[in-house]
Amino acid sequence: MRETPLSNCEREFILKCIAQHKRLDGRSAYDYRDIRIAFGVSLGCCHVELGKTRVLAQVSCEVGQPKQTRPHDGVLFVNVEMSPMACPSFEAGRQSEEGVELSRLMERCLKESRCMDLESLCIVAGEKAWHIRVDIHVLNHEGNILDCASIAAISALAHFRRPDVTVQGEEIRIHSMEDRTPVPLSIHHFPLLVSFTFFSQGKHMLVDPSEKEEKVMEGKMVIGMNKHREICTLQVTGQMLLLKEQVLRCSNIAVTKVTVITELIFQALENDKQARLKGEKHGFAELVSGEKITSNKQPVTDVPVSQAMEESEEDGSSSMDSDSEESESFTQHASEERKVEILAKGVGMIGDGGPSKWIDLTCDDDHAESKKSTKFKPELIELDGESSEEECQVVLDAS
Amino acid sequence: MAAAFIVVRKEDLEAQQNAESCQTLRCLTSELGCLTRSDGSVSFSQGDTTVLAVSYGPAEVRINQEQYDKATVEVVYKPKVGLPRPIDRKREAILKSTLEAAIVTSLHPRSSISIIIQETEDLGSNMACCINAACLALLDAAVHMAFMVAAVAVSVMEDGQIKLDPNKKEELEGRATLTFVFDSADLKVVSVVTSGTFSQEEYKKSIDLTRLAAERVFQFYRDSLSKKLMQSI
Repeated sequence: MRETPLSNCEREFILKCIAQHKRLDGRSAYDYRDIRIAFGVSLGCCHVELGKTRVLAQVSCEVGQPKQTRPHDGVLFVNVEMSPMACPSFEAGRQSEEGVELSRLMERCLKESRCMDLESLCIVAGEKAWHIRVDIHVLNHEGNILDCASIAAISALAHFRRPDVTVQGEEIRIHSMEDRTPVPLSIHHFPLLVSFTFFSQGKHMLVDPSEKEEKVMEGKMVIGMNKHREICTLQVTGQMLLLKEQVLRCSNIAVTKVTVITELIFQALENDKQARLKGEKHGFAELVSGEKITSNKQPVTDVPVSQAMEESEEDGSSSMDSDSEESESFTQHASEERKVEILAKGVGMIGDGGPSKWIDLTCDDDHAESKKSTKFKPELIELDGESSEEECQVVLDAS
Repeated sequence: MAAAFIVVRKEDLEAQQNAESCQTLRCLTSELGCLTRSDGSVSFSQGDTTVLAVSYGPAEVRINQEQYDKATVEVVYKPKVGLPRPIDRKREAILKSTLEAAIVTSLHPRSSISIIIQETEDLGSNMACCINAACLALLDAAVHMAFMVAAVAVSVMEDGQIKLDPNKKEELEGRATLTFVFDSADLKVVSVVTSGTFSQEEYKKSIDLTRLAAERVFQFYRDSLSKKLMQSI
């Protein structure tokens, strides 16, 4: 699907707002949106929400050959997936230019900052080493995927545990999770990316841009930094000139932001660790509470076995397809039910219609409904009048 | 391919020991409209198995996939680790044919209805979870459907015992795993996905058991949607 472009007036409005030091969501220029970090049941699975932007990172490992140029090192691989889930314009299986830039930056942030001790991943020099893979899935694109992804990736790496390995002479043994406690990866520091967007020739600067702000920006600067105030990456894109002061100011802002976020990551890791130690419920399923209108929770339900058995005895003819060897079978029985019935020229019907059986409407609502239906009728007649054959209006409520 | 590691909780083990006599459907949770960029989205979980599903449509279709008399249903399944493997493609095909039966495709000719499913945590009965999540995502996007679909999985253990809604451990230990998809109209089977070996008797038993469990899933759909829609009335 194609992306909806931003209209000119909207673009101008956003720029005008920024010039007046205002943002669409009411934040001030240097504010981050709310960050929520959650961990899954499996190790090395991290889900980060930055406002409405959502990213999921999963770390996995396998044993393989180390690179020939670096026989004593393990391998770290970073993969960023921009699925159409995040935004309809992203295509499945093909990386856009934006996606390539993102994965390159993530790679630079994690690999070239040497935040992870790759030598500790070596099992037998030149022969066997751990390959660590970080898969980053963008789930929802509401701007600033980069910062969100970097938080998710480093938290997932810190959360991950690899199986323990012992080497005795020629024999290499990989212990299962039950056998020996898995080992955490050795991470020296937490590099995080902070993006700054610039507007009107670098005059205005915003931290943590939203999706619309990213569309109207002139240029972008990304600073990768850890909490020891060490810059790991710095990248400037776009067509604008930056003053030295502006760069320095950005790096100062990055320092404060990185300190806060690192603290947050440690907090989240600690909470997860405590929950696991106590044997409390953890994981994504626990995050959904039944309190919100949009969310629902049905506790564990019992299905009586005896009833099922009785039923099977009653109707022995329960739809059993004779060949159980075939692994899949599809039956489409309802094809005759969903045919469109043509009532008149330009008016069709599907099913019997009638009132909604889903929700019991009280008498007040009944009244409202009858009003609705009277309002609906003239439209019907109108349609009949102009009925061009191509325009087939389908009416579900045929009362 | 080494996947993510799982830590088994104490309660799970206890629950497993107690569960001999009574079959249980794990805790179901859903969050409708959890993502902002899509037409319909849901985060659905069955026990600890969590799936994120999104649906777009009816929208414009690529010209080579256009069908003049009905909408094209596209399903994309994203595994959590690595690139999509052949097994994931197979999963997509099963999902596609199941959902095509449910969606009234004849209503929207020359358009596409796409469903994207992201695995977030696979701890047993993932296939069933995917189908249920896809159905909820379609309901959230208000796509016309002839009926809803609900999938429930069972595992046939070595000793012939049938376990409803198995977790990862039971799935691996079992001799066969069967996933049945039922329609909401008259609880008939829409599709069956099986792996492993099982007898006719076991098949019959599981189909009756899953049919009962599917009713609970339909009730859950109904509850979650009416809870959301009640507010807007």
